[in-house]
Amino acid sequence: MAEFSTSTKDVGEVSVIYLQGYLDAHTAPALENTFSNLVEKGKYQTVVNFKELAYISSAGLGVFMAFIEKMRENNGDIKLSSMNDKVFNIFDLLGFPLLYEIYKTEDEAINKYIESKNLEK
Amino acid sequence: MKSKKSKIEEKELVVKSRTENLSDIREFVSQGALLIGLPAKVIDNIILAVDEACTNIIKHAYKYFPEGEIIIRLKFSSEKFTVIIIDHGVPFKPETIPDPDLQRYYRQHRVGGLGMFLMKSLMDEVKYVSVPGKYNQVLLSKKLSATH
Repeated sequence: MAEFSTSTKDVGEVSVIYLQGYLDAHTAPALENTFSNLVEKGKYQTVVNFKELAYISSAGLGVFMAFIEKMRENNGDIKLSSMNDKVFNIFDLLGFPLLYEIYKTEDEAINKYIESKNLEK
Repeated sequence: MKSKKSKIEEKELVVKSRTENLSDIREFVSQGALLIGLPAKVIDNIILAVDEACTNIIKHAYKYFPEGEIIIRLKFSSEKFTVIIIDHGVPFKPETIPDPDLQRYYRQHRVGGLGMFLMKSLMDEVKYVSVPGKYNQVLLSKKLSATH
């Protein structure tokens, strides 16, 4: 059975979700739960760190589609970071870079939230 | 789950229509593709295409019925690597699936057709055959000359 897990960490107002393992049709519900829990807690500013993700199929990509608008409607976002080339190529093939902000590092993604907050002041 | 190896040119895996079996399917395809020495990147693409095909079968042909059968057959020749996937679920009409439109999905909070788009993008050939009441078959192939 595919191994997949998520963990989350709060950095100020930003929730960072760490993905590990294989994200497919079997494991995608675990990621849905993670996002649902954040939505319930009113945490809409998220960064997803892909560093430890070995594999993604369209079922996994569907989770990001399911939650992106909810996050943005509430002044948040799903920003993506630290993808290996293999995972990035799949996102790229499907045109996801047009819809999602993708950063090399988790810090860059977190800083984008801080920068836009400073701009509002 | 049973696996048999009749001769070196062909391998077969039979699994139940459950998403928990996707990892075994990927491993089976990976081992088969490694035997003929395909480059890692090509193997990754084939694995994803097969995963998408089997996910579609579990969702749409068997509608999550967990006792359906999925047969995955690998064929090796000097020209191409072919994966044939057979199920006995609801016949599939690929022509009814439009290419994905991400902007529309964004508004609808869903995705559909991404799997088929990936299969077409990652493989050289994607062919569907449905014999209603008997079986559905998806054939995926990758030319070997183009990959080395």
